[in-house]
Amino acid sequence: MDEAGCGGCQVISAEQRSSKHWELTGEGCEIAEQGSHEARVFSSIPDEGMPQGQLMKLAFGKVGFSKAMSNKWIRLDKGHEGGPRVFRTVENIEDSVRDKLLVVQKGQSSQLEEKEKSELKKRKLLSEVTVKSYWITKGSLFSTTITKQETELTPEMIASGSWKEKKFKPYNFEAMGVAPDCGHLHPLMKVRTQFRQIFLEMGFTEMPTNNFIESSFWNFDSLFQPQQHPARDQHDTFFLSDPAQAHEFPLDYLERVRKVHSEGGFGSQGYKYDWKIEEAQKNILRTHTTAVSARMLYKLAQKEKFTPVKYFSIDRVFRNETLDATHLAEFHQIEGVVADYGLTLGDLMGILHQFFTKLGITKLRFKPAYNPYTEPSMEVFSYHEGLKKWVEVGNSGVFRPEMLLPMGLPEGVTVIAWGLSLERPTMIKYGINNIRELVGHKVNLQMVYDSPVCRLDA
Amino acid sequence: MPTVSVKRDLLFHALGRTYSDEEFDELCFEFGLELDEITSEKDIISREQGDTKAEGASDVILYKIDVPANRYDLLCLEGLVRGLQVFKEKYVLSPRYRRVSPTSGEPQRLVITEETAAVRPHAVAAVLRNITFTQERYDSFIELQEKLHQNVCRKRTLVAIGTHDLDTISGPFTYTAKPPDDIRFTPLNQAQEYTATELMNLYKTDSHLRHYLHIIEDKPVYPVIYDSNGIVLSMPPIINGDHSKISLNTKNVFIECTATDLTKAKIVLDMMVTMFCEYCEEPFTKETLSGDFINRKVGISESTERIAQLLTKMCLRSEVMSDGEQIEVEIPPTRSDVIHACDIMEDAAMAYGFNNIIRTTPRTYTVANQLPLNKLTELLRQDLAAAGFTEALTFALCSQEDIADKLLKNISDTRACHIANPKTAEFQVARTTLLPGLLKTLAANRKMPLPLRLFEISDVVLKDETKDVGAKNNRRLCAVYYNKSPGFEVIHGLMDRVMQLLEVKPGRDEGYHIQAAQDSSFFPGRCAEIFAHGKSIGRLGVLHPDVISRFELTMPCSALDIDIEPFL
Repeated sequence: MDEAGCGGCQVISAEQRSSKHWELTGEGCEIAEQGSHEARVFSSIPDEGMPQGQLMKLAFGKVGFSKAMSNKWIRLDKGHEGGPRVFRTVENIEDSVRDKLLVVQKGQSSQLEEKEKSELKKRKLLSEVTVKSYWITKGSLFSTTITKQETELTPEMIASGSWKEKKFKPYNFEAMGVAPDCGHLHPLMKVRTQFRQIFLEMGFTEMPTNNFIESSFWNFDSLFQPQQHPARDQHDTFFLSDPAQAHEFPLDYLERVRKVHSEGGFGSQGYKYDWKIEEAQKNILRTHTTAVSARMLYKLAQKEKFTPVKYFSIDRVFRNETLDATHLAEFHQIEGVVADYGLTLGDLMGILHQFFTKLGITKLRFKPAYNPYTEPSMEVFSYHEGLKKWVEVGNSGVFRPEMLLPMGLPEGVTVIAWGLSLERPTMIKYGINNIRELVGHKVNLQMVYDSPVCRLDA
Repeated sequence: MPTVSVKRDLLFHALGRTYSDEEFDELCFEFGLELDEITSEKDIISREQGDTKAEGASDVILYKIDVPANRYDLLCLEGLVRGLQVFKEKYVLSPRYRRVSPTSGEPQRLVITEETAAVRPHAVAAVLRNITFTQERYDSFIELQEKLHQNVCRKRTLVAIGTHDLDTISGPFTYTAKPPDDIRFTPLNQAQEYTATELMNLYKTDSHLRHYLHIIEDKPVYPVIYDSNGIVLSMPPIINGDHSKISLNTKNVFIECTATDLTKAKIVLDMMVTMFCEYCEEPFTKETLSGDFINRKVGISESTERIAQLLTKMCLRSEVMSDGEQIEVEIPPTRSDVIHACDIMEDAAMAYGFNNIIRTTPRTYTVANQLPLNKLTELLRQDLAAAGFTEALTFALCSQEDIADKLLKNISDTRACHIANPKTAEFQVARTTLLPGLLKTLAANRKMPLPLRLFEISDVVLKDETKDVGAKNNRRLCAVYYNKSPGFEVIHGLMDRVMQLLEVKPGRDEGYHIQAAQDSSFFPGRCAEIFAHGKSIGRLGVLHPDVISRFELTMPCSALDIDIEPFL
């Protein structure tokens, strides 16, 4: 729509009017001139009659014959020698159809009754015509000199000052503007930016998670996840065939991990099974970013003096799971980790409260849960005002001593951590039900173009 | 997470009171369970097989309860009730278990022969005496076996359970292994004898048993248990003999667990006996810890006596020791998940109620740092969008075809990492380039107005022997321009802009320049290699028409693909 279209120009004002009148159709005109079909049939029959076949050959024969028969102007002698023959039955006739049409033709249709007119209309001899006309009067800005209205202001008008004398067409403010020609950021990445921002505001340092391929050792064993754990099955984890194995481990640490799994130690009974390095060497696509947290905590433990840390990461993880509307083989995990002396479960819940408050979620409660590498483990639930129920928003826990002590972290250091997926809050934020409409190549670019800015607490 | 389904009324009867659905849900939540679904057999059948099949099925209300994966002791009605009762402090003390010898003298013996080492080396066994089964208890007994098989037994690979009517057989029992053709018996619910080889064939089509055949199928010998008269009790982990099968009238139950993992076999046997009898051999283990330890870890300040009470509430019978600070905790055999003091601490926190703990703020002082690579990525993304390109987000996994054939490349030249167990072709390799993802995004959006301008800055994965895992990620910037004309100048202009953003000036040595290159993915003569600071960082050009049609596109397309890591 053009905003410069004509709105309320008042040079003249026009009022639309309409009227109706009756007119003869082509057939009606013919009848008015030559008589109705039945009258013409009557007049073409001589005294001695006429064979029916001959009559039917006339242009008006068929219609005229049946009408003249029903008017009882003619009769048919079927038994006549030489075939059926038509005779007149009356001396004179009155052609009322023609008379009525002539009245209409003279513009005196009001003399006829409505019933007569509608009957003639049914015979397609008359038609009702609507005439639309405009009643023109001078408008409020009536002028006899012609000035052209300008659509837009031009540089020339500004230079010459001619705009002062010009009349400008008014804009149509109801129309939409022209969309700007621009690029767009992906909604999931916009949400990622906001989560990064939140962690940075809370003083968390970003972990290097740019290593999708991980050894089972760092992904599972270092986290005290036993080698027969179902998560390590073929149908939960993607294993690599090339490169199939990791070939480099910190050997003294690896030995401590083997021992705590198979024999216990560090105050633990261990899992008491035959720990195999072959299992630990298997390369996989990491199933969680906690593998990177383990590497970072190990690195931290190798420092001469322990310093408290707060770490975060947001990156891809991979699961060889059954796919559905909310599950893909890869998704983004958000993770936060705090390591310091003397942290408590109350601290973990307090920090989660602060984190979720920044997301606009203030009503939290915690459910006991099980996770092989955290104890206690808590699922985080928030009250969803729309759904009117508690929904799971994340997982959290305190890393087990069997994970931390073999790394060489000091005894009194506690490490608390939590994680959630990036996709789920994004789907809720942008009202997307099928994850494939958000992530991957099947995304609808229009959705990307149209997605608003991301303010998680709004 | 395993799900246990129990009849609601039976559960409430055992708990000694009724609850509304909401009240029961709340109780579950506090105890770490989840009331997953309220349903009935009729509902389940009508949902899975249609209403007509459901007619006449039971409409007794069933609760489906999600149980944490490590709590094998909650996998049946008996265990659930015991746990919840103690949690609600209905029992003053959690139950204790002890072993008694049979009145008629010698305990039963199970002799394990050397041959089993080749196939399934461990076995443990126990006897439940003077048991009275009702239909419900019998069903629960069978169901517990099944739940254990699916969970802790890892679908019978680690442990398989066999239960027998002791009065139909006589000990001592022998657990041995024999070649399949030497084993011959009538299996459960069959009328005739089969050899083990015949049985394996018979069960190939059995919807239930065929899943377990692979465990022993290719072994030279199969495990088998005989009684002193040579009657076959079972051929674990596949099937029991028909002779010793248990029924509602069984009074004495012989339970054997054969295993590849002895610890798990013991856990499973403990579960079976503690859930279903009053007699158990396993002694208690005792842990000692201080009340202060629990207070410090949880972030509460309760008296030592109160903490002992809290633990007792969680089936961990606890007593304050004479010094008034230490607590002695008895770990019953049902609680195989308790292996460290931190597991006891968790139970104390649960009994206290997670949601009753005061939330505090840690004083940990740290300064935040961004990962330089991600910081650069974030900044470039903003400016690429400002340059008129829209961000795509594509999968890191794809098919071999996507990164090789469709780009007119050889898979062996790609340095791709290959996945061993992909369920579909979409997950054969980790991508080595972002280009296929962008081209597939174009193909899925052909209805959108032209031109289409897309970019992505993300990681590809390449084999790299210098890394501990033999592979590394590489952060790439890729962009495509798709229109009725190839628009090389558009993608070239974008490359100039990226260099400007990275503060690299045009020029041969310290700056950047492009020079003609050969690349099978590009239209001959329309591809150039990009050099910055004298190093090759990527390519740009007009894509080869065969690449365009292999990605189901119809218009010319130009592309830019660079490594951004040299600019850190």
